[in-house]
Amino acid sequence: MLVLVLLHAVVAAVVLSATRLRGTVAAALGIAVFAATAVTAALQGIGSDVPATQSWDWVPDLGLQLTTRLDGFAVVMVLLVSVIGAIVLAYSASYFEPGPTRVRFTGLFIAFAGAMTGLVAAADLFTMFVFWELTSVCSFLLIGLNDRSASARNAALRALLVTGAGGLCLLAAVILLQVAVGTTDLAELGSRSPAGAMVTTAAVLALTGAFTKSAQFPFHFWLPGAMAAPTPVSAYLHSATMVKAGIVLMARLAPVFGDLAVWRWLVVVCGGTTMVLGGLRAMRQTDAKLLLAHSTVSQLGFLTILVGLGIPGATYAGVAHLVAHAVFKAGLFLGVGAIDHATGTRDIRRFSGLGREMPQLAVMMGLAAASMAGVIPLLGFATKEKALVALLDADAGAATVVALVAVIGGSVLSTAYSMRLMRGLFATDHRVIDPEHVHHAPGGWLVVPVGLFTVASLLGGLLADAVGGWLQAPARSLDGVEHSSLHLWPGLNLALGISLAIVAVGAVIGWRVPDEVAASPVRVSGEQIFQRLFDGLLTGSKRITVVTQSGSLLAYLAVVMAIVAGVLVAAIVTDPLAGFDELTWSDGWMQLVVAAFAVVFAAAVIAVRERFVAALLIGGVGFACAVLFALYGAPDLALTQILVETLTIVVFLLVLRQMPRGFDAPPAWAPRVVRVVISAGVGITVAAFAVMVSAARTAPSVGETYAELSLPEAGGKNIVNVILVDFRGFDTLGEITVLGTAALGVTNLVRMARRRRRTASDAATAAAVAEAELS
Amino acid sequence: MIGRRSTILDQVDRMLFPLIVAVAIYVTFRGHNAPGGGFAGGLITGAAFVLRFLSGGALRVRRSVVTHPTTLIGIGLFVAVATAVSPLFVGDALLESTIWIPDVPLVGEVKLVSSTFFDIGVYLLVVGVILTVIVALGADPLHAELMGDGSEEVEP
Repeated sequence: MLVLVLLHAVVAAVVLSATRLRGTVAAALGIAVFAATAVTAALQGIGSDVPATQSWDWVPDLGLQLTTRLDGFAVVMVLLVSVIGAIVLAYSASYFEPGPTRVRFTGLFIAFAGAMTGLVAAADLFTMFVFWELTSVCSFLLIGLNDRSASARNAALRALLVTGAGGLCLLAAVILLQVAVGTTDLAELGSRSPAGAMVTTAAVLALTGAFTKSAQFPFHFWLPGAMAAPTPVSAYLHSATMVKAGIVLMARLAPVFGDLAVWRWLVVVCGGTTMVLGGLRAMRQTDAKLLLAHSTVSQLGFLTILVGLGIPGATYAGVAHLVAHAVFKAGLFLGVGAIDHATGTRDIRRFSGLGREMPQLAVMMGLAAASMAGVIPLLGFATKEKALVALLDADAGAATVVALVAVIGGSVLSTAYSMRLMRGLFATDHRVIDPEHVHHAPGGWLVVPVGLFTVASLLGGLLADAVGGWLQAPARSLDGVEHSSLHLWPGLNLALGISLAIVAVGAVIGWRVPDEVAASPVRVSGEQIFQRLFDGLLTGSKRITVVTQSGSLLAYLAVVMAIVAGVLVAAIVTDPLAGFDELTWSDGWMQLVVAAFAVVFAAAVIAVRERFVAALLIGGVGFACAVLFALYGAPDLALTQILVETLTIVVFLLVLRQMPRGFDAPPAWAPRVVRVVISAGVGITVAAFAVMVSAARTAPSVGETYAELSLPEAGGKNIVNVILVDFRGFDTLGEITVLGTAALGVTNLVRMARRRRRTASDAATAAAVAEAELS
Repeated sequence: MIGRRSTILDQVDRMLFPLIVAVAIYVTFRGHNAPGGGFAGGLITGAAFVLRFLSGGALRVRRSVVTHPTTLIGIGLFVAVATAVSPLFVGDALLESTIWIPDVPLVGEVKLVSSTFFDIGVYLLVVGVILTVIVALGADPLHAELMGDGSEEVEP
């Protein structure tokens, strides 16, 4: 599996870098990769008792590895990802105009499918997290495919921020689990049945991550925004695959955490809210694609409840409905894309009698919508029926009751919006003035994929018993329990009654709801709240920056120095180190003389009024230090100090000739007292600290080891140099990098200042010339 | 250039400059066993350029090196990094030193330590930094083109 994931990445890279590639060739390459993946997954995964596991050491020192395991659930998901991917890719070949955008789309699409394949086949949470982030990035690029459109860019950014934040939550959960349980392997986690506060926190964090990815309330708003992407992208990412990543994560973790009350209630409340809210929002949409987007949100809420509860029957129904939803939703999206392509609009108020112009498409989309509405004999009916049975049978307390109510309410709405969509698109409506007509009939490649999905929905329903049998293994691989299968005709029972009532009520609502009510504006939307938070964050940080970054050198120095002095005082007061008793005044009269010079120079710096003189005096202090180094027997240090001091003075002079001779008057906030206190504070505390620290050594000096190792290990007799280029060579590397960067900074600053001066003088010249001409 | 040009200083520079650079290179290579090294050597070379700057101005400094000063920084950093990572290719640790003692005809045994190349990188980078600073800050406001390739400027 890992090899195939890698193959996706390689092909994607080839397609993305070869921009002159023909679109059809690129699509063919992609379909070949998808086919290879599907065949491999089917051969390795179906019918084998021991799942094929593959693992690759990534960072062996940290125990990080990428592991995939092809158990039943992974096989189903991989098949969904690659089969739907291949169909959508074939569709996209005639959806896009030929050109670089199409090739870019194909490359990104293949990359995304690879990431998704890795995600669904991941055997541990760490691997899942890596691919999780990859899907977020690919989805960002795909939503923003039309990079000239500001709204597409914003939608892409919003999706990335929301799913990225969720990714961070997931990462935190992975780390917590690794620390608390000692493994992130999904099978291991399940068998160890972990518990404790840390595990609960991890569960909630992982659930938050899943909610962001699968657009659950309160993170549901990014998904409709992502409809700025081209239709094939929406069909694939935002219905069939990426948004299922959160569902996959919940399905994997529900057997481990399903019994936690906080997990169960979060799943039921958020999933239920999402299901009903998405349904209500879908009823308000007039853009067919947005309607489908909100319906996806609603269906994802349904799936969250089913797989998140971790009740065996519900898990099985969840897996089955996941497949059913992927199939009918992809078909509906592609159908809407075909209509958009043919008529130039997706506004359901602009159509009348389209059903007679495009009868095949109407029948196919009608069947897919019927599956979404849960009408017998389609796959959607069988899976929804199974879900109702599971929830009715479950004995998990109040949570299942809430879940059942939400599911029934949401299902009524899904029948209603399915009806509304079909009526709006295809029915004859005499109120529509000048309805849109088919401008150019969609080619076969735009219609056949829709047909494939429809046939799958229909056959899946008619052969529900067989399909249900195939889905046994995937569900069993999640919770290890045998399930009763799907049925086309479950017999007369309570669930069937509820099912029929849902369809009847929903159909009436969907047919009768007036457009005016439906199209009334939404008062509070998650999108607005997010935007307000986002803007607030930006303005807030701008304000903080203005306050903290005043641009005054004196202010920066004052803050830094005051903090240094404060920290040192705190250190000295809390842990007073002795050391003053060992202090001697000097080791000889030479040192006293040199030190006296240094003190005189330093005192003179304070007294003088000219910058030049002050710079020279500071240099004098430096030379005095160099002499002290030499007296203590550190020739290397003394040599370097003298050289640095010499060159520093030259640089000082170079800069100072551009500046005023005297010092500026200090600002009002820093009177003499403040400046004296800060300066004296730093001076005294640093000196005191130096004395104390030198007396506080407990471990033997590292210098001894260096001295011993210098010649045998590094072949040098000069320890200082050997430390610089060998023992601590890495430090030197960092330092010279900083040095070089600083020099480049100087160059650029000077260049910028010079350019500004030149433009100013050019402007002055131009003004003078203009004046001369006028007079 | 600061102030008027002095013939004496010019002659001093002409005589001392090669000498100082020779000393600097010597200091760089002896650094392994005695006080010195790439940093000190680079600074001494920098001092030679400062002398040249004082006698002939930034333009003359710029003319006495073939490459652009910032290129020198890049070369120095490249040499240092290359020395640091090259042990990785033979399975050693980053920055690990290797000692060769080849027997050169007529000269006898010569001891070569790989970290010498690291020091050469440091030397080149330090020289580059000092040259960059001199040329950037030392240029007369009129000689703005110095920051470019400096070709169109005529020596005063």
